[in-house]
Amino acid sequence: VENVRLLDRLSSRKAVLGTLYLTATHVIFVENGSETRKETWVLHSQISSIEKQATTATGCPLLIRCKNFQVIQLVIPQERDCHDIYISLIRLARPVKYEELYCFSFNPKLDKEEREQGWKLVDLNEEYNRMGVPNNYWQICDVNRDYGVCDSYPTEVYVPKSATAHIIVGSSKFRSRRRFPALSYYCKDNNASICRSSQPLSGFSARCLEDEQMLQAIRKANPGSDFIYVVDTRPKLNAMANRAAGKGYENEDNYSNIKFQFIGIENIHVMRNSLQKMLEVCELKSPSMSDFLWGLENSGWLKHIKAIMDAGIFIAKAVAEEGVSVLVHCSDGWDRTAQVCSVASLLLDPYYRTMKGFMVLIEKDWVSFGHKFNHRYGNLDGDPKEISPVIDQFIECVWQLMEQFPCAFEFNERFLIHIQHHIYSCQFGNFLCNSQKERRELKIQERTYSLWAHLWKNRADYLNPLYRSDHSQNQGTLHPQIAPCNFLYKFWSGMYNRFEKGLHPRQSVTDYLMAVKEETQQLEEELEVLGERLANLQKSQLGDSKVKSKQQDRSKQLRLSTSNNSLANTPQEYSNDLKSFPSRSPSQGDEEDSALILTQDNLKSSDPDLSANSDQESGVEDLSCRSPSGGGCLPSEDSGKDSDEAVFLAG
Amino acid sequence: MMRSSQPLTGTNGRRCKEDEKLINASLRPGKRGYIIDTRSLNVAQQARAKGGGFEQEVHYPQWRRIHKGIERFNILQESLIKLVEACNDQSHNMDRWLSKLEASNWLTHVKEILTTACLAAQCIDREGASVLVHGTEGTDSTLQVTSLAQIILDPRCRTIRGFESLVVREWLQAGHPFQQRCAQSAYSNSKQKWEAPVFLLFLDCVWQILRQFPCSFEFNEQFLIMLFEHAYASQFGTFLGNNESERAKLKLPQKTMSLWSWVNRNEELSKFQNPIYEANSLVIWPAVAPQSLQLWAGVFLRWNRPSQYLEEAQEEMVKIIKYN
Repeated sequence: VENVRLLDRLSSRKAVLGTLYLTATHVIFVENGSETRKETWVLHSQISSIEKQATTATGCPLLIRCKNFQVIQLVIPQERDCHDIYISLIRLARPVKYEELYCFSFNPKLDKEEREQGWKLVDLNEEYNRMGVPNNYWQICDVNRDYGVCDSYPTEVYVPKSATAHIIVGSSKFRSRRRFPALSYYCKDNNASICRSSQPLSGFSARCLEDEQMLQAIRKANPGSDFIYVVDTRPKLNAMANRAAGKGYENEDNYSNIKFQFIGIENIHVMRNSLQKMLEVCELKSPSMSDFLWGLENSGWLKHIKAIMDAGIFIAKAVAEEGVSVLVHCSDGWDRTAQVCSVASLLLDPYYRTMKGFMVLIEKDWVSFGHKFNHRYGNLDGDPKEISPVIDQFIECVWQLMEQFPCAFEFNERFLIHIQHHIYSCQFGNFLCNSQKERRELKIQERTYSLWAHLWKNRADYLNPLYRSDHSQNQGTLHPQIAPCNFLYKFWSGMYNRFEKGLHPRQSVTDYLMAVKEETQQLEEELEVLGERLANLQKSQLGDSKVKSKQQDRSKQLRLSTSNNSLANTPQEYSNDLKSFPSRSPSQGDEEDSALILTQDNLKSSDPDLSANSDQESGVEDLSCRSPSGGGCLPSEDSGKDSDEAVFLAG
Repeated sequence: MMRSSQPLTGTNGRRCKEDEKLINASLRPGKRGYIIDTRSLNVAQQARAKGGGFEQEVHYPQWRRIHKGIERFNILQESLIKLVEACNDQSHNMDRWLSKLEASNWLTHVKEILTTACLAAQCIDREGASVLVHGTEGTDSTLQVTSLAQIILDPRCRTIRGFESLVVREWLQAGHPFQQRCAQSAYSNSKQKWEAPVFLLFLDCVWQILRQFPCSFEFNEQFLIMLFEHAYASQFGTFLGNNESERAKLKLPQKTMSLWSWVNRNEELSKFQNPIYEANSLVIWPAVAPQSLQLWAGVFLRWNRPSQYLEEAQEEMVKIIKYN
């Protein structure tokens, strides 16, 4: 469709004219400008909602909201076209079969072996071994090898040595969805462990010997303590209400040597609504500080983040300081349990704060333990009540921790944002379906590619320059504060206002330091080379009169001065009431970068996605798919190119 | 850019040809000017009853008047007290924290002042127009606006010496009544009539810009915190007194040491330098959306949590640069 206008969200006066294309996998907007022909690509999988707004004199507005928080506002000239696009997008954004998803057609031009290697990058067996199991207290259990015991669990889990198959099977029958207690994290220093499960089907008075034995077994696997904590991450009221449905929580009278604890984290529906409210605040045009703070408070979002974090802190403390094992569950043990176990692990073990370790953590506590990616993030069209930003909250907890402990994580904010992006993008197969069983049935590993390999290949972009594995901040457990005036929870504008560059700091400390480090490395290499040459020259007799001093070409000009200058940035609209200042929003200058991000899924020109779309059925004759990055750009989210000087009041 | 206090128009609409001549002299040929009045129109109109007022269009035809109501200084003091109280509240309740933060209105003031300063800077940079800034006395919000505008416009003000000069020019020499404003800070028992964290608010705004342009300032956050401290309590005489006249009478240059003489020594200066500073000649435009402004934890939460982790990050940064 031609003559479509793409509006700037911050400055509604600014609009770009272009052509809109719909392909099997993307919506693409190509600008009409003669030089740039900037492209904006949006994956159908990313589309969260489409809103057709009232037709105005200028055309028919269409608002596309994405799961990665991008908001695109288009104006289609003809109402009929707008309607067609709307209907098409609704269908395209709600795939019915897995085969419709992008990951099945995405072709990064790797051979079969490379694809396999990519999937092998994260090996959970290795991870459990690294933790120190199997050992005298823990063993691997294959009772679920055909998913016969629990179809949302992996084929292999770790259980206490004294838990026989009989106990495990018996316990699974007493647990919601048969998700029996299994090992999530083992601390070899003191034998304390974090185990996870779902709620017991205790109702008001039901008991199960095997389940009680299971908890005993967990306790016995830690000789250093004579009790275990059982942490129910639900609010007490919800847990009690579950009893009426024949479920509930562990009764301290029935389970010997447990200390039971509620940590009230709200359910997926509350979280979905919370995010919704927060996004509404983000969409306000020119809110006052009060509007914003009040809206943020009203959404409750940070409160929920804190609740998850506090639960993680409690568990980490129990394991690291008290040396007591913890069994964590919620209702079904695949949402809040996953969040809390992974936050606790991250606090406890510096390995999970490395790039590889973080991938392993997600594979372990989210992917292998059956977090329902499909239902929660809408790979396929499904029940809207199942949708909830569960992993988004975990990822935000990690970001909040990174802000408090800047030297403790090997990766940077961009790493987190890209992971979140790809959980929704369905470009890779890692986060499809609801369980390991489903993924194996679909032969995901043979038909799609692994995100981890992709991120690993580009890991230079994701490094935190302040990280050192031997840094004091990175030894042992992290101890964050709890009171909100001590642990300053911030609003993550890098995520929720990701595409509004004008709102973010205009210079990136991370990118600057990374550039310096790169240069340092180059200089070190040069130094080495020169050192060798010097040694050689000294060895050989000084008969040779002339010594050619060949300067090495320092090809990369690594100082960010160039990008600094390009941040000439334009003023925001500082006075909405004043017509005499038609300034452009600074996001204007950075829109190129937002196209970079969209089209390349945030990666540099090495992203194989766009270098050749020949395998995709584009249905578009004229799409000149040159990679819009032009190469050579730092993947900095704020290295926008300078835009033309704005036109201001004449005279 | 010029600054002044309010014109004494009064209820009779008095005019003063000399005043008109003076400010018209700053106009560039063929261009008009902007008067930024840091009071809302209402407040400015009410001022007439007490003999004050604003420039009337009929007498200043080449000037366009803009009202950007910035809170009076006494409101700021209440704001600070509430903010500090919120920061001391060790409750674990997030809702409580956020609502107290919002109720203090501190960040609202930050946003207002930054926005006004950006506006002033815009007039100059984008329109090439002259600007006159004033409030009532010309000693509080006026100075916040003029000094922040210069930071936006002039890269020299982002150097250490440049910023020091800016403080001397726009605050000390301009007669911001430090003695009155920075007597007690947030924990004052008796409600001081003239007490207000005007200078702190200015420093907060500078920090906001620094956070958004971390490579564009020669100084770091510690420098700003140091200035905040010395404005309230100092072994140096720089911030004593309310204006130059008082300082002369008190014979401060003879009887006290200057803060700058200490700060500018190499061993002290190294603590305040920004390791990732890269001088640029740009005009820098800060974002003033609520998402872009943050609570200045370095000042307000300074005693709430171990500074160790952030200090280590700073050290690491210095190391990386030094090694390079």
